[in-house]
Amino acid sequence: MNTVEYMRTIREKYSKMGYAPYGWHEATDTPPWARLAKPLSECRVGMMTTAGTYVAGQEAYFYKDDTSHRLIPSDTPVENLRFSHLTENYLPDARRDPNCAFPIEPLRKLADEGVIGGLAENFFSCMGAVYSKRRVDEEVAPTIYEAFAAEGVDVAYLVPL
Amino acid sequence: MCLIARYLEERGIATIVVGTALDIVKFGAPPRAVFFDFPLGHGGGPLFAPEQQLAIAREAMSVLENLSEPGQIVNLNQTWPEGDAWKSAATDESADDVRSPRDTTPRYQLEEDQRLAEAATGG
Repeated sequence: MNTVEYMRTIREKYSKMGYAPYGWHEATDTPPWARLAKPLSECRVGMMTTAGTYVAGQEAYFYKDDTSHRLIPSDTPVENLRFSHLTENYLPDARRDPNCAFPIEPLRKLADEGVIGGLAENFFSCMGAVYSKRRVDEEVAPTIYEAFAAEGVDVAYLVPL
Repeated sequence: MCLIARYLEERGIATIVVGTALDIVKFGAPPRAVFFDFPLGHGGGPLFAPEQQLAIAREAMSVLENLSEPGQIVNLNQTWPEGDAWKSAATDESADDVRSPRDTTPRYQLEEDQRLAEAATGG
């Protein structure tokens, strides 16, 4: 069976809901490349999701171009993880089992096994669904880069909602 | 997410985008990506399926370690446990949409989360 045409479906749905059309950015150039400088078993790994993950006690996300992010300690118990995202229809399973959208336990297991060298002290989330490419380029991406750099990661495991 | 992946790789951090929306990932052309044909919201894997969730993370990490040129999207050999029925729901535009309004009010998963957050900030 074919894969779902999400871009077309989401455009049509938003149009019916009276939302402005969400515009994805098409990249047509060759992507940049950071060579992995050492074996994965020696790499410090960070994670980020755009699923709107937060820890109980943190402020939740709002749904109109929220460009903020949250630090999620990589040893957070899964029962303390929550989700707050514009597309609530994709969240029911993650709200029962946070690993569906924020695979924190699998990464902990890979670190325990030595497949990866270790985990960053903090993982990150944001909400995505930011309508402005300029705001992603100028606000979200630099902030997330600085956050990963401060954690000293070699690798970023990126999980879109 | 693809924009962020590119930004990180330009600055020396290797990335892997773990995608379940193939058209969106292709459009954004991240440096490294894996794909499996699961419903959105399941980039970590199916509900209460720790072994499959671990297998996905393990395979994605292996792809990250072994790719040698930018722009590839590697299809992981993962099967959604309940067949393809979810696809008709994912494209059903007549379905009710009960999501909260798109405004600047924080939307807590649980009411108690709001109380905890407000207590933490003295709000």
